[in-house]
Amino acid sequence: MWLRELWFVLIGVLFTGYFILDGFDYGVGILHPFLNHTDLERRASLSAIAPVWAANEVWLVAAGGALFAAFPDWYATMFSGFYLALTLILLGLIVRGVGIEYRSQDKNPQWRAVWDWLIFSGSLVITLIWGMAFSNLIRGVPINGHMIYVGNFGTLFNAFSLWGGLTFILLFMVQSAGYLSIKGDAFSRKAGRAVEARMAWPAAVAMFLWFLWMDRLPASAGHIGGWTLLLQAAAVLSLLLARMAMYLTKAKLAFFLNTLSVTAMTVSLFTVLFPRVMVSSLNPAWNLTINNASSTLYTLQIMSVTAVILLPIILGYQAWLYWTFRKPVNDKELEY
Amino acid sequence: MTQLGWAELQFGVTTVFHYFFVPVTIGLSFLIAVLETIYLRTKNKVYRDLAKFWGHLFLINFAVGVVTGLLQEFQFGLDWANFSKFVGDVFGAPLAVEALAAFFLESSFIGAWAFGWDRLSPKAHALTIWLVALGTSLSAFWILTANSWMQEPVGYVIHNGNAVMTSFGDVLTNPQLWVEFPHTELAALLTGSFFMLAISAYQILRKKNVEAFVRSFKLSTVVAAVVSVLVIVVGDSQAAHLVKAQPMKLAAAEALWNTSPQHAPWSVVAVINAKDHRDPFQVQIPEMLTLLAYKRLSGSVEGINQVQQQMVHRYGPGNYIPPVAITFYSFRTMVFAGTAMLALAYYALYLFKKNRFLQKKWFLRVLTWSIALPYIANSAGWIMTEVGRQPWVVYGVQLTEQGVSPTASVPALDIELSLLAFTIFYGAMAYAAVHLWKKAIANGLDPDPVVSEDPGAPRDLFLDGGHGVAH
Repeated sequence: MWLRELWFVLIGVLFTGYFILDGFDYGVGILHPFLNHTDLERRASLSAIAPVWAANEVWLVAAGGALFAAFPDWYATMFSGFYLALTLILLGLIVRGVGIEYRSQDKNPQWRAVWDWLIFSGSLVITLIWGMAFSNLIRGVPINGHMIYVGNFGTLFNAFSLWGGLTFILLFMVQSAGYLSIKGDAFSRKAGRAVEARMAWPAAVAMFLWFLWMDRLPASAGHIGGWTLLLQAAAVLSLLLARMAMYLTKAKLAFFLNTLSVTAMTVSLFTVLFPRVMVSSLNPAWNLTINNASSTLYTLQIMSVTAVILLPIILGYQAWLYWTFRKPVNDKELEY
Repeated sequence: MTQLGWAELQFGVTTVFHYFFVPVTIGLSFLIAVLETIYLRTKNKVYRDLAKFWGHLFLINFAVGVVTGLLQEFQFGLDWANFSKFVGDVFGAPLAVEALAAFFLESSFIGAWAFGWDRLSPKAHALTIWLVALGTSLSAFWILTANSWMQEPVGYVIHNGNAVMTSFGDVLTNPQLWVEFPHTELAALLTGSFFMLAISAYQILRKKNVEAFVRSFKLSTVVAAVVSVLVIVVGDSQAAHLVKAQPMKLAAAEALWNTSPQHAPWSVVAVINAKDHRDPFQVQIPEMLTLLAYKRLSGSVEGINQVQQQMVHRYGPGNYIPPVAITFYSFRTMVFAGTAMLALAYYALYLFKKNRFLQKKWFLRVLTWSIALPYIANSAGWIMTEVGRQPWVVYGVQLTEQGVSPTASVPALDIELSLLAFTIFYGAMAYAAVHLWKKAIANGLDPDPVVSEDPGAPRDLFLDGGHGVAH
C-alpha cells in the first residue's frame, strides 16, 4: 500500500528540512568560538540565527512526531536502542537553544563564556550524533527478532559511524558558512566566505569517502541503485560548485548549492534504507521495514490528510518568516 | 530501585519541570496579545512598552519550555518503548498533529514577534503574537488529546496485541478531553495572569514604572478574577466525570476506602494508613463529596476496596490501588491553591475598584509571593492525574510496568545516568532563567541594556578577502 511509502517519504522530507535549516544553526554554533573573537562578533553571528532557530528546530519535533505516529516500532526501537546517544542530543539541544536566547542577556564575561562553550559543544554533539545515528541505521545495529535493540552505547561507535559524524560536522559548517555569508553582518559575511573557501573541499572529500564506504557495506548490498548514486554524486558535486560560486562571490548561489548538497545527501540516505527503516546486523529477517513497523492504514490516512493540508501552510509561513528577516544583520542594532 | 522505578521518576521529574514553563507560555502569550492590541487601538506607548517587558519575560520562559518539550516528545520512545509500540497507532497521531498544527505556528511566529518590532507593520506584528497564543493553545489541545486517551481510551480496538485506532472522531470527542482541556487551558490562563499580577504588584511595591504596571495589574486582576471561577467550575465537572470514568482515582483522591453512605462527607485533611486501608483521623465537611460527585444532595461514592474488587473481577488478580496519600494530598494542594488564587484575585479586584490597592503594602507583598500558587496548583494537579491513574499507563488497557522499555535496550543504569544529567542541566537552566527574570524585572520598562550595549572597541578583522583564515 502506497501510504507507507508516502510516510517514509514524508519522514525523509521532515529530516531534510531539519538538516537544511538546523544544519546552519549547528554550524554557526560549531564555528562560534573559532570564527568570532570579539564579543560583538559573537553576538552578530548569533543574531543571524536568532529569529529562526526555534522555527528550524520544529522540523525535528515534527519528524519525531511523524515517526511515532506513522512508524511506532521504528520510533520505539530507535529511541530506546540509541538511548544514551539521544540523551546526549537532547542535552545538546537544551543547552544550545537556551544558550542562544540567554547568552547576551547578561554582560558578565563569565556568563557569556559559559554559554559560548555550551552553544559550541551542544551544536557539535548534536551534529556528530545525528551523523553517527544515520550511519548506524544504514550499517545495521543488533536488533533481535522482537524488534528489540540488544547492543549498548558502545555499539554505536564504529569507524563508519564516526566518519559519518565527521562528515555531518564538516557539512554543517559549510552549510552555516553559506548562510552567514548572506545573512551575517559585514564581519560574519566575510568569515562565512572564508569558511566556505576552507571547508568545502574537506567536506566534499569526507562525504565522498563516506558514500564510498556506505555503498560497500554488506548491509547496503542490493540497495544502491542508480538513483542513490546520482544523489550521492549530486551531494558531493554541489559542495564543490558551491566553493566555486563563493570564489566568484556569488554567496546566494553558494548557499543554494550547499542546501542542495544537504538535501541530496539526506534523500540519498533514505534511498539506501528503503524499504528498511532500521537494519538488523543479526539477521536480515529482523530488519524493521516500512511494512512491519508502520501504523495501520487508517491512522496513516488521517495523518496523510493532516500533512497534506498543513505542510504547504507551514512552508508558506516559514518562507514568509525568512522573507521578513531577509536583510543581513546590522551590528549597529543587535538584539542578541 | 528498579528500572521501572527510575523510568517513572525520570518521567515525573522531567514532566513537572517542563510544566513549570508551559502554562506561562499559554497564559502570558494571550495577555501580551491583549496588551499589544490595546496599544494598536489606543496608540498609547505604555502598552507597547508593557508588551515588550512581558514579552521579554515570556521569551526567557519560552526558551526553556521549548527545549524541555523536546525531551517530552522523545522520552516515550526512550523510556517507554513498549508503551510506544502498543499505543503508537492511536497516541502518535495527536502528537504528530501537535507538531504540525501548533508547534510550528508558535515557534515560527515567536521569532517574527521578538525581532519584528521594526520590520513589521503594527497590525502584522500584533497578529504574530495572536498566532503564537493560538499555537500554544492548539498545542495544549493536541497534547491533552493524547493524555486524555491514556485516562479514558476510546475509539480503538486491540489488534495483534496493539491498540489500533478505529475512530479519530471518537478520540477527538473523548469526554475526558472536553473536561481536561478546558480545565488545563483555564489553569494556564490563571497562571499567566498570576505571573503578571505578582510581578506587577512587586513593581508597584518598589515604585518602578508604577503608572505602567498599574495597567498590567488591572488587566491581570480582571482576567484572574474571571478565570479563577471558571477553572474551579470546569475542574468540578472534571471531578464529577471521574465518578464514571475512573472511580478508583476519585476514591483515592478522597482516601475513601469503603463505599460512602448516601450523604458523603468531604475530607479536608486526613491521616492515611494505606497499609490497613483506613484513615485514623480526618476533618470532614458533611455532604460535600456527594455534592462534588453528583451535583445533588444524595448519592454514595464507591470506595477503594469495592472498586479494587470490581477491577480484580474484570482484569484478573492484581493490586489496582494507586498511591492513595499522594493522590489525596496532591488533589487537596491543587484545590487549596486554586481557592487561594480565587480569593486573592477578588480581593485585588475589590481594592482596585475602590482605588485603594496602592496603599495596601502588605497585600501587594502577599500578591508578589502568590506567584508560587499557580505553579503549586499545576504541579499538584498533574501529579494527582497521573499518579491517581496508576497502576495503569493506559487506564484499564495497559499497566505502567508493561509499558517500560525492554531492559536489554535500556538498563536501569542508562536511566539513572540520563536522569542525573537532566536534573543537573534542568537545575542549571532554571537557575539561569530565574537570574534573567530578576534582571529583567529589576530593569522594568527602561531601555534594554543589551540592545543599547556599547559596541566597544573597533573590530580587528582577522580575515583576508575570503580566501583563507589568517591566524
